[in-house]
Amino acid sequence: MDQRTDTVTAEIDVYLKTQEQKNLLRFITCGSVDDGKSTFIGRLLWDSKLLFEDQLATLTAESKRVGTQNGEIDYALLLDGLQAEREQGITIDVAYRFFATDKRKFIVADTPGHEQYTRNMVTGASSADLAVILIDARKGVLIQTMRHSYLVNLLGIKKVVLAVNKMDLVDYDEAVFEKIRSDYHTFAEQLDFEEIIPIPVSALKGDNMIGASKAMPWHNGSSVLDYLENVEIGAEDLSRPFRMPVQWVNRPNLDFRGFSGTIASGTVSVGDEIVEPASGRSSRVARIVTFDGDLDEAIAGQAVTLTLEDEIDISRGDILCATKDRPSTADQFEAKIVWMSSEPMLPSRTYLLKLGTGTTAARISDLKYTVNVNTMEHMASKKLELNDIAVCNLALDKAISFDPYSEIPATGSFILIDRFTNATVAAGMIDFALRRAENIHWQSVDIHKDARAEQKGQKASVLWFTGLSGSGKSTIANLVEKKLHAMNKHTYLLDGDNVRHGLNKDLGFTDADRVENIRRVGETSKLMVDAGLITLVSFISPFRSERQMARGLLEDGEFLEVFVDTPLEICEARDIKGLYKKARAGEIKNFTGISSDYERPENAEIVIDGGRISPEDAADQIIEILERRKLI
Amino acid sequence: MSTSRLTHLRQLEAESIHIFREVVAEFEKPVMLYSIGKDSAVLLHLARKAFYPSPVPFPLLHVDTTWKFREMIHFRDTIVKDYGLELLVHINPDGVKQGVGPFTHGSALHTDVMKTEALKQALNQYKFDAAFGGARRDEEASRAKERVFSFRNEAHRWDPKNQRPELWNLYNGRVRKGESIRAFPLSNWTELDIWQYIYMENIPIVPLYYAAERPVVEREGMLIMVDDDRMPLNDGETPMMKSVRFRTLGCYPLTGAIESTASTLPEIIQEMLVARTSERQGRLIDKDQAGSMEKKKQEGYF
Repeated sequence: MDQRTDTVTAEIDVYLKTQEQKNLLRFITCGSVDDGKSTFIGRLLWDSKLLFEDQLATLTAESKRVGTQNGEIDYALLLDGLQAEREQGITIDVAYRFFATDKRKFIVADTPGHEQYTRNMVTGASSADLAVILIDARKGVLIQTMRHSYLVNLLGIKKVVLAVNKMDLVDYDEAVFEKIRSDYHTFAEQLDFEEIIPIPVSALKGDNMIGASKAMPWHNGSSVLDYLENVEIGAEDLSRPFRMPVQWVNRPNLDFRGFSGTIASGTVSVGDEIVEPASGRSSRVARIVTFDGDLDEAIAGQAVTLTLEDEIDISRGDILCATKDRPSTADQFEAKIVWMSSEPMLPSRTYLLKLGTGTTAARISDLKYTVNVNTMEHMASKKLELNDIAVCNLALDKAISFDPYSEIPATGSFILIDRFTNATVAAGMIDFALRRAENIHWQSVDIHKDARAEQKGQKASVLWFTGLSGSGKSTIANLVEKKLHAMNKHTYLLDGDNVRHGLNKDLGFTDADRVENIRRVGETSKLMVDAGLITLVSFISPFRSERQMARGLLEDGEFLEVFVDTPLEICEARDIKGLYKKARAGEIKNFTGISSDYERPENAEIVIDGGRISPEDAADQIIEILERRKLI
Repeated sequence: MSTSRLTHLRQLEAESIHIFREVVAEFEKPVMLYSIGKDSAVLLHLARKAFYPSPVPFPLLHVDTTWKFREMIHFRDTIVKDYGLELLVHINPDGVKQGVGPFTHGSALHTDVMKTEALKQALNQYKFDAAFGGARRDEEASRAKERVFSFRNEAHRWDPKNQRPELWNLYNGRVRKGESIRAFPLSNWTELDIWQYIYMENIPIVPLYYAAERPVVEREGMLIMVDDDRMPLNDGETPMMKSVRFRTLGCYPLTGAIESTASTLPEIIQEMLVARTSERQGRLIDKDQAGSMEKKKQEGYF
């Protein structure tokens, strides 16, 4: 190495040492393009010299081509990413921007202020340490300001920068700023913010963005960047109790069994006593293993592998916790949820709930109310649509461990996943565990299902007939039952129309009611199977997820889906009850096949070509299959 | 959530490790797309950390366009041997049969056949349901909105309007048969983070990143290295020896070198700190028009 290289190396070493002291701050910017949000972020990127010459050249060219600033640099273009959005002039999602100063690295979640704001802002805010709320100085505190603040608060953000922008357009008037500040404080009293920092700025002119503004000598507080660089964040993560969701069991060989995960809160040291709260199994930390050598202590945010002194059964989804400060373990809790899918939430439909690293089936058992984000009013509701926020109870199919979101966000947050589309449909934040008010424990009885079925000389099962109205499913089910009866089998037939006259007479034909209809029938057929009966269910049951729900209630091999696949034209031509005619005339709403979807089964055990073969032949076919499966 | 006691590189490292572990725990058959560049080097380093003391529990896949720098291939084979990794190399046989190359068919077609198509072939052939990639959100505007788990349909297409929201560090890893995800553990890293981390962790990288005397010709304002005798020279064009290095590595005829004397990591970082152009500028592929990356990505290009 020559001398120049040595000097560079020494300089860079010093530089890297300082860089190693740097930490990371994530924040979200809330506001619309009208508030100058894009200019605000663009200015931060610009002043931290993140733009390269070629990017600037592209930006200048694009500003001339499609910009809205009369050929001047249009920062909105810098922040948009997708061509389709750019051409439509809208931003449809959350974008992440990066910049760094000598003190900190910053990740900005840039979320748009149009009608998808709730979904996008909640996404952006979920990982943010603080929020910058932009206000147009000419307009003051608006409904959208309240909406943004409510959402930021909902996600547990405690620190807020209130950036009163476009001060240049109100002659840098202190009175204007003071009025907005005071209005906002009054409004924010109902929220849980710990720190609100109001700063008068002009993002366009650069006032109070990086350094103090000469135009506003009356402002004594810090500039935006000063505050962002120096605000303390994340300290509370370390003082909270230890939690680590197990991601992966690390077993390179028989002598090593470690539990890999990211520490969600608190700290852990070798020798600490830890517990897996769902089972109550406890042990002590033997080693904290990393690629770079063992550690004595690890803190929230670190990804480590723990080994324990005792061999206890722990797997992915479990949460390792401090023994002295344990989470709740329950199969029901109250939570706030934000609905993020264009498919509405239907009560009683089961979803998958992912919390930490564990996934459990869950349903919304009680929808208490939804919240109007503009007025914060509570409203009664039966279902949730995209961007709805609700307080509700959830019931899980097994007990899991969790904390209230306000205490430990990482073990108090969850997402809901649709079991069929696999889409992420909701985000949730747990309020508290619910003890079962009714305390209904499943009675374990001495005479069980197999004993009852055996006495009848059969195996209990469900034949679930699904198909369009008029497909012939009830006719076929009737014939099958007759044949089984003749064979001395014990059966019961649950027919859609009959059940609707009794058990389900309180239900209508909305999607929500259809789901509940099927849930009740599913539960009833489960009881019938428990009684040892061969149960025939004849229901249109148009939704895959509900048929799946019914299937999920039973054991493997007990549930046979019989798809009576008769083309719509044939069903409509038959029109035994005259319903299709009425549906076509618009007299019946939500009629399956006409004004409501029928989702064809993908993996039915039995498929009957209802347009080609007679009901008699179909019934024989089914009996034959039951014999082959040794169910009768 | 940030913790004040972790430095930004340690926090990025931990978040990347978290992503690696989630994918391995939730998917049946993951693979890591290994492009041999500096981002791949960091990605591989993080993968080794994530599963230690277990070995990396998935193979590396290199889609070889047959036009990579020779030094890249040599480096790849050394690394794989030293770390005891499983490497799969896929070359599009149809492209080879038709003799597709950047000089004869142009950069667009070459990339499409030898990279995009080849990648789909390999993913279909091995039935991988998750593929790790080294893409970063700071690379290009269309990537700023990319998810960490980027969902792909059966045809490997990306639908930018129909992405799953990602909240906290809860990733939704559910796919149907035939569908897959691309997972990007380096999403939140910037180019400077990558270089600082390589320096801090002493991660080996292809020597082409360091300046050396290399034979180059100047074309369309870019310095192209004459890496082998497949490169046709225009009339009056003679390779000159220049001290150059590469900020990004790809197919040698498509990758521009920069004149530089930075032959050590500190010098590279120093040069980077005063750089006036972004790293993708060295790639011919981005120059067609704005949004070209997005189109490529929808078609399945990484």
